[in-house]
Amino acid sequence: MDINDLRSIVTVLGFTCFIGICLWAYSSRAKAGFDEAAQLPFGDDDGLAPVSGRQSREGK
Amino acid sequence: MQSQATYNYKVVRQFSIMTVVWGIVGMLVGVIIAAQLAFPALNLSELGEWFHFGRLRPLHTNAVIFAFGGCALFATSYYVVQRTCHTTLFLPKLAAFTFWGWQVVIVLAAITLPLGFTAGKEYAELEWPIDLLIAVVWVSYAIVFFGTIAKRKTSHIYVANWFFGAFILTVALLHIVNSAALPVSLTKSYSAYAGAQDAMIQWWYGHNAVGFFLTAGFLGIMYYFVPKQADRPVYSYRLSVVHFWALIFTYMWAGPHHLHYTALPDWTQSVGMIFSLILLAPSWGGMINGIMTLSGAWHKLRTDPILKFLITSLSFYGMSTFEGPMMSIKTVNALSHYTDWTVGHVHSGALGWVAMISIGAIYYLIPRMYGKTEMYSTKLITTHFWVATIGIVLYIASMWIAGVMQGLMWRATNPDGTLTYSFIESVKASYPFWTIRLVGGVLFLGGMFIMFYNMIKTIAGQKAYEAPVLSPAAAHA
Repeated sequence: MDINDLRSIVTVLGFTCFIGICLWAYSSRAKAGFDEAAQLPFGDDDGLAPVSGRQSREGK
Repeated sequence: MQSQATYNYKVVRQFSIMTVVWGIVGMLVGVIIAAQLAFPALNLSELGEWFHFGRLRPLHTNAVIFAFGGCALFATSYYVVQRTCHTTLFLPKLAAFTFWGWQVVIVLAAITLPLGFTAGKEYAELEWPIDLLIAVVWVSYAIVFFGTIAKRKTSHIYVANWFFGAFILTVALLHIVNSAALPVSLTKSYSAYAGAQDAMIQWWYGHNAVGFFLTAGFLGIMYYFVPKQADRPVYSYRLSVVHFWALIFTYMWAGPHHLHYTALPDWTQSVGMIFSLILLAPSWGGMINGIMTLSGAWHKLRTDPILKFLITSLSFYGMSTFEGPMMSIKTVNALSHYTDWTVGHVHSGALGWVAMISIGAIYYLIPRMYGKTEMYSTKLITTHFWVATIGIVLYIASMWIAGVMQGLMWRATNPDGTLTYSFIESVKASYPFWTIRLVGGVLFLGGMFIMFYNMIKTIAGQKAYEAPVLSPAAAHA
């Protein structure tokens, strides 16, 4: 077994790992955690008035 | 539930303000070298060599990428990591060191590059003592950032922090490997690598500087500020995870497309081309995720100029990440390489994507650093947006035309095999387009002056504001 076999194995392992990540990301098991994480930017009221984006929507 | 502690806003404030200042400096040098191409007398040869295009060009690229872009990344990453982790910065004094250290690096670059001290590697021109300082600042940055992640009060690490983290880790690796050199004096060193290997390591660095400094970092900005400003969560969190890992796995191998038809082995060039083509998918995954976050709230684009900046930046990101893979195809590259087409492509990414998303994020940050939610004038942000957009369009369009024309002129041959045009004929034919490009650059720089005025008016008379740290539970209640 020479260095090139090792290189091929690393490539295949890397690809398998990526497919694994895709399957995990689209599994129903991951969904609840993702929904929670997606809310993180909004859990941080900075004690100031509403952001301008909100104001413009109310203005419509 | 509110604790007495406040977020470390000081370092965010400093980096935000310096983003605008270095933006003006870097883009001013860009306008100067654009003017030198259109009017060569501006090289000021009678004064000496210090103001020549060759001396000022690396100053421009370093100033806009590492001073303007770098300050924007420091500011936003320090802000986002604190707010999404509901904790203060780890080792705030070390964070303060990263600010002052980074400013010293920038000043040293501005002094040494016009004097002609250069390692000769594109985007890595700075000589070894400055490289050492960069390495120390960058490792400190990594300690502060990952230390803050480690002491977070939330269970999840928000996706923006994944992108910032990848950017910080990879840039450390790229900088340290590519800058390895043998010093022969305080101001001169030789690369640790030789020949084709040196070229390959340089463009492994160069393209990943694009991929991780100019892409992953700014995607981190996108994943926080677009949802914030649109007031809705990211379109698909799943897609963000998948395209993050796809970018990480793919970008590393795309560098050889900078070395098509050179001494680099052919198979390496082909691997680089194929990975560059694959990159279209994760790049567009990010663009679609950002733009679709606005789905159902498109009307906000009409009234909110900050959102205009953010969403337009994503459009330019999509455009330049389509153009890039196309240009990496060897037969297309045979036409485009070494022409102004490349310069146009880079600026569609640099002005359209990197600068516009930074400007949008800084417009969001500046008032919040002073206890306000709005800049002094929203109208001036709208003006800035249109001036900048017209500037970019003029810049890119003129470079496309000039580039394709140059490529066609250089390859044209007579029936007897001799070249149809001499090189100088292609230079002469390029002048009108270089003048149009100069106008585009002046407009973009003008927009930055509008931003500077707006920033001064927003800050004037205001006290620095430190927001209280909320516990995650209190925040969600």
